[in-house]
Amino acid sequence: MRVVIAEDLFLLRDGLTRMLQAHGLQIAAAVDNGVDLLAAVTADQPDVAIVDVRLPPTFTDEGIRAALAARREVPGLPVLVLSQYVEQLYARELLASGSGGIGYLLKDRVFDSGQFVDAVRRVAAGGTAMDPEVIARLLARNTGDGALAALSRREREVLALMAEGRSNAAIAQRLVITERAVAKHTASIFLKLDLQPSDDDNRRVLAVLAYLGG
Amino acid sequence: MAVLTSPHRSRLRFGPQAGLVAATRGVAFAVLMAAGIGLLIMIVAAVFLMALGAAILIVGHGGPHEERVLLGFLAIGSGLGLIRFALPATLLGTRGLARLTRQLTGAWCGVPIAEWYAPPPAGNLTYTERLRWLATDPATRRDLRWAAANLLVCALAAAPVGIIATGLIEFIGPEFTRLIPPPAFPGNTPRTLVVLGLAITSVGVLAAPALLRAYGLVARSILAPDGEAELALRVRQLTQTRTEALDTGAAEIRRIERDLHDGAQARLVAMGMTLDAAGQIIDSNPDAARALVLEARDASVKALAELRALVRGIHPPVLADRGLADAIRALALDASARISLASDLNGRPPAPVESAAYFAVCELLANVSKHAEARQTWVDIRHTDGMLRIGVTDNGHGGAEPARGTGLRGIERRLAAFDGVLAISSPPGGPTAVTMEVPCALSSPKTSSC
Repeated sequence: MRVVIAEDLFLLRDGLTRMLQAHGLQIAAAVDNGVDLLAAVTADQPDVAIVDVRLPPTFTDEGIRAALAARREVPGLPVLVLSQYVEQLYARELLASGSGGIGYLLKDRVFDSGQFVDAVRRVAAGGTAMDPEVIARLLARNTGDGALAALSRREREVLALMAEGRSNAAIAQRLVITERAVAKHTASIFLKLDLQPSDDDNRRVLAVLAYLGG
Repeated sequence: MAVLTSPHRSRLRFGPQAGLVAATRGVAFAVLMAAGIGLLIMIVAAVFLMALGAAILIVGHGGPHEERVLLGFLAIGSGLGLIRFALPATLLGTRGLARLTRQLTGAWCGVPIAEWYAPPPAGNLTYTERLRWLATDPATRRDLRWAAANLLVCALAAAPVGIIATGLIEFIGPEFTRLIPPPAFPGNTPRTLVVLGLAITSVGVLAAPALLRAYGLVARSILAPDGEAELALRVRQLTQTRTEALDTGAAEIRRIERDLHDGAQARLVAMGMTLDAAGQIIDSNPDAARALVLEARDASVKALAELRALVRGIHPPVLADRGLADAIRALALDASARISLASDLNGRPPAPVESAAYFAVCELLANVSKHAEARQTWVDIRHTDGMLRIGVTDNGHGGAEPARGTGLRGIERRLAAFDGVLAISSPPGGPTAVTMEVPCALSSPKTSSC
C-alpha cells in the first residue's frame, strides 16, 4: 500500500514514515506543504494521503483545504487528516467532500501504532475513521434526544464504535463480544433510530453520522 | 477624580523681574481686549446706523422731506453694508483674537486652554455658507462672549500696570517734575509720598503674576470647549476599562500558568520518571518495563488532552483558522441546544475583538443552556457602519438580570475594553435578547493559497 504524507514538522513526518514503514506500508512521498501534496497525489497516485491540518504558509486549516483540493484533483482519493484538535465542523466538511475513504483523527492516535495503521488501512480501503472524540461530542450533543436515550449502554458503545467507522468484526474484537452479538446490537440500534439497515460498512457509518449530526 | 491636567502648568514665580514681565504681558492682553471690543463695536455701529436710519424715516422732523429720506436710507444702507462686511470680519477677527489669547494664556499665564473649532465644510464657500459655518459653531459664540466679557475681565491683567503707574507717576512723579501736582492729603510730605509710591509700585509688581494667572483662569472658564467635561469623563472611563482589561489579562495569564504547572508540566515530569524507571529495569524485568512504558504513553495522551483543553480556553484553533462565524458554528455543533446562526461577515474583525466577541457568545450560550430552558437560540452576527453587532436571542423563560449575575457583567467589562456595549432585554416569561455592539473595522477576507 502506497502512502503520501503531508506534515510540516520534520520529527512527526519522520516518525510517521518510520512507523508506517515498520508496518509494511510504502511511503510514496513525504512533503511539508499543501502545494507539494497536490503534486504528489497527482504524480504518485497513492492509495491514501495522510495530511496534517496545520501546514504552511498560514498554519491554520491549510491541511483541510489541501485535502479537499486533493480530492477534487483525484476523485475518490482516500484522505486521512491528522490534527492536534478535532472540530465537528471540519469533520462534516471532510465527510461532505465526495466519495472515497475519509479519516479525521487526533494526532495522539499515532501513539497506538496498531490502531493507527488499522485506521489508515480502513481509509485506504474506502472506509471511514472518525476520531472517538468527534463521536463522543456528537453523542453528548444528542443525549437529550429521545431515540438515543432509548438505547442501552452496550448499544451506545456499539453506536460510538460504528460511528468511528469500525466494522462489526473490529467492534466485536474491541468490546470482547461475538460478531453475532454485534450484529444483533446494530440491528436493534437501526430499528430504534429508524435508520435503513445496510451491510456496507461505509454507508452505515454515514447514516449514523448523518443521524447524529442532524 | 479624573482631571485633564495641563502639561504646561507651571508654578507661579514672584519677584521684581517676574512682576514686571507679568505686568507688561497684562498690557498686551489689554491691547487684545481693545481689538476685540473694536470688532464688536463695528457690529454695534452697524446696528446703530440702521436703527438711526429707521428712526429718521419714521419719526424724523425738521429739514426738507427729501433730505430726511435720503439721510434715513443712507444710514440704513451703510448699516447694512457694514454688517455685510463686518459680520464675517468680526467673527473671524474675534476667532483670531481668541486663538491668540488661548496660546498666550498657555505661554504667559501657565494656563493652557484647549481649542476646538468645527472644521470648515469642503470646497469653495459662498458668503452665506461661510457665515453659516462660523455662526453655527458653538466655539464662535464662546469667542464672542469672551470678547465682550474681556472688557471687565481684562481689569485683572491690566491692574498691575495701573497700580505701578499710579505709584510711580502720582506719588513719586511730583518729586521730579512740577508738571504733576502732588496728591492732596494731610501729611503729604515729599518723603512720605516717595515711600507710599514705592510701596504701591511694589504691590503692583508683586501682585502682577498672580493677577495674570487669575486672568488666565477666568479666560479658560470662558474659552475652554464645553467638551472638557466630556473629555474628563472619557478619560475616566478609559482609565477604568484599561485597568480592568489589564487585570483580566493578568488573571488569565496566572490561570494559564497554574493550569500548565499542575497539568501538562506535572504529567511530563511523571512521564520522565516512569521512563527512567523503565530504563533501569528493562534488562532485569522486561515485562514490568513494558508496562511502565505504556503507562508513560497514557500519561502523554492525558497531557495532550489537557493542553488541548487549555488552548481551547485561550484561543480556540477554529477561531484562529476560520474566524468568528465558523467558530460559533463549531460551538453550535458541539452544543446540545438548538442554535441557529446567521452571519453576514465578509472579513474578519481585529483578533482581540474577535476573541472577546467569541468568548462573549460562549458565555451567553452557556447562560442560555444553564438558566433559560430555551428550545431554540438564534445567534446573529452583522457588521454595519463600522460596528460589529451580535445578537443572541433565545425563546426561554427570560428574567435575566445583569445586576444579579456576574457573567453578564464580566462580558460587559470585557467588551468595554473595546468601547463595546451590551444591551439586554429579558422580560419574565421571555424571550431573552442580548445585543452586543463593538466598533471595529473588518479586514478583507483571507485569500486561499490552494
